[in-house]
Amino acid sequence: MSEIRDDVRYTENHEWVQLDGTTAKVGITDYAQDSLGEIVYVELPEVEDQFSQGDEVASIESVKAAAPVYAPMGGRIVRVNKKLEDSPELLNEAPFKNPIYTLEVDDPDEYAELMDSDAYADFLKERE
Amino acid sequence: MHGQKLIFEQSVSGRRGYLFPRCDVPVQETDLPDSLLRVETTGLPELSEVEVIRHYQNLGRRNFCVDVGFYPLGSCTMKYNPKVNEQVASLEGFLDLHPLQDEQTLQGMLQIIHRLTGDLCEITGMTWGTLQSMAGAHGEYTGMKLFRAYFASRGESSRTRLIVPSSSHGTNPASAHLSGFEVVEVPADKRGLVTLDVLKPYLDDRLAGIMLTNPNTLGLYEVEVAEIAREIHRVGGLLYYDGANMNAIMGASRPGDMGFDVIHLNLHKTFSTPHGGGGPGSGPVLVSKRMVPFLPVPDVVLQKGSYAFDWNRPESIGKISGFYGNIGICIRALTYIMVMGSDGLAEASRMAVLNANYLMERLKGTFHLPYNRRCMHECVFSAERIKADTGVTALDVAKALIDRNIHPPTIYFPLIVQEALMIEPTETESRETLDRFIEAMEDIHRLAYEDPSQLKSAPLRTEVGRVDDVAAARNPRVCFCG
Repeated sequence: MSEIRDDVRYTENHEWVQLDGTTAKVGITDYAQDSLGEIVYVELPEVEDQFSQGDEVASIESVKAAAPVYAPMGGRIVRVNKKLEDSPELLNEAPFKNPIYTLEVDDPDEYAELMDSDAYADFLKERE
Repeated sequence: MHGQKLIFEQSVSGRRGYLFPRCDVPVQETDLPDSLLRVETTGLPELSEVEVIRHYQNLGRRNFCVDVGFYPLGSCTMKYNPKVNEQVASLEGFLDLHPLQDEQTLQGMLQIIHRLTGDLCEITGMTWGTLQSMAGAHGEYTGMKLFRAYFASRGESSRTRLIVPSSSHGTNPASAHLSGFEVVEVPADKRGLVTLDVLKPYLDDRLAGIMLTNPNTLGLYEVEVAEIAREIHRVGGLLYYDGANMNAIMGASRPGDMGFDVIHLNLHKTFSTPHGGGGPGSGPVLVSKRMVPFLPVPDVVLQKGSYAFDWNRPESIGKISGFYGNIGICIRALTYIMVMGSDGLAEASRMAVLNANYLMERLKGTFHLPYNRRCMHECVFSAERIKADTGVTALDVAKALIDRNIHPPTIYFPLIVQEALMIEPTETESRETLDRFIEAMEDIHRLAYEDPSQLKSAPLRTEVGRVDDVAAARNPRVCFCG
């Protein structure tokens, strides 16, 4: 079973988001890293880039596939996780401890639209 | 590498394959500026002739190709390449041609270009085309340039959105993006098909068009294609057909009749020219009537009984290759078409579909078949179930097939199927070969439950065992640093 944490929210594209005031950390879920297989490369956005909800922000390559990471909420990039450039395997090892980027969000209310852990667990169950 | 050293590692300083006599004429000074003259040696390996021959012969013996065994690599149409193609392409009159010859001395070759273009148009229902593009993705890029030229000629450059379904080939969104279009991905439905419904939100004056592969990468025929074409055209958009899967439908249905405006074919797939090991490929682009003015130059035309290049195409997108395409490949493809005839091509597609359905029906009790409906030329299984039960993945299944002298199917593609195993047998395989493949797959399935560790370390019978693809991707070493 994939790990699901209670203190973050989720998208249908298997990103997790943790909102603190108006900043949001974004990463990929345990289910996402397991489906992708061993991750070999992460393409990060630039700090100050501006995105709308649903825009493609980053991309992840594994030995199987390349997958886009979308913006779960609109906002401006304030931090990117540079460690992933040299150690992409961190996303496999600890997906929830390694956010890919941090957003200064435009509208904190968008957070409520995302799935909570129960809804995401149901969403995963439906896919099986 | 195991067993055999790189040719650079075999180099011995001063060793030569040939000894040239001392130069007995004065050395001419060159007009080239000093900055362009080499001062250091090239660093090429130094070996005798027999060492070079043995090196490459031994590497060649490890090669797996369709002449050695079954090669069911999905979406690649690894059919047998008849040797008559090679014989014709090796005729002396072709071998010694040069692309800069005067066209009066190239009449036979020009006739081949003209005739092959015409034959491909007849097979696909298109109006005219070019043979210049070197492979599928080059064809797609050319097609996207044609889209742009068409919209520019109508003052509609604001059409920037291009729809690409999730079941399309990976090169489609890449080609669209590289050509400056905004890619809109739409999902396939539960049957694995594109429906008009998912396109509706995008049917407006920003739409440039859609790129479709039919049959799609699940090997399924897009049953709503006629309605999709009608609606895209109604709002002023264009349709691009990726011909990678054309081997399923020759003589049965034609992209031109479905309503496509621009298509590419892969001669190295459907038309039995070499594929794998670098081909080289060939990806002719064919178009409907309204797109003809924009085709690349030069066109080859027949005027008063002789063939000529026509460069006078003011609306053309220009040239897309140095000369006229991979001409040797075009000779092979025309040979194939003429040997097969129209009935033979239709029969080839029918047999390709039959073979794929035979494999699908025989294996679907063993491997999970996510989209369980009549397939065309290929079918896509999933190893998700055995992965959950035993830990054996699609990759392990693929590696175990290598031990059984079978080339693995395409794995982990299309992306909409988890642990995908995409199998395309082609028409050139016998019932016995297909049965042997089925037995191998069933044997691997049984081992997954009885002795998964054996599969995890496959292949065991090859000179090079399981390679570490993760390390190779994370820390690639692509050059020899002696």
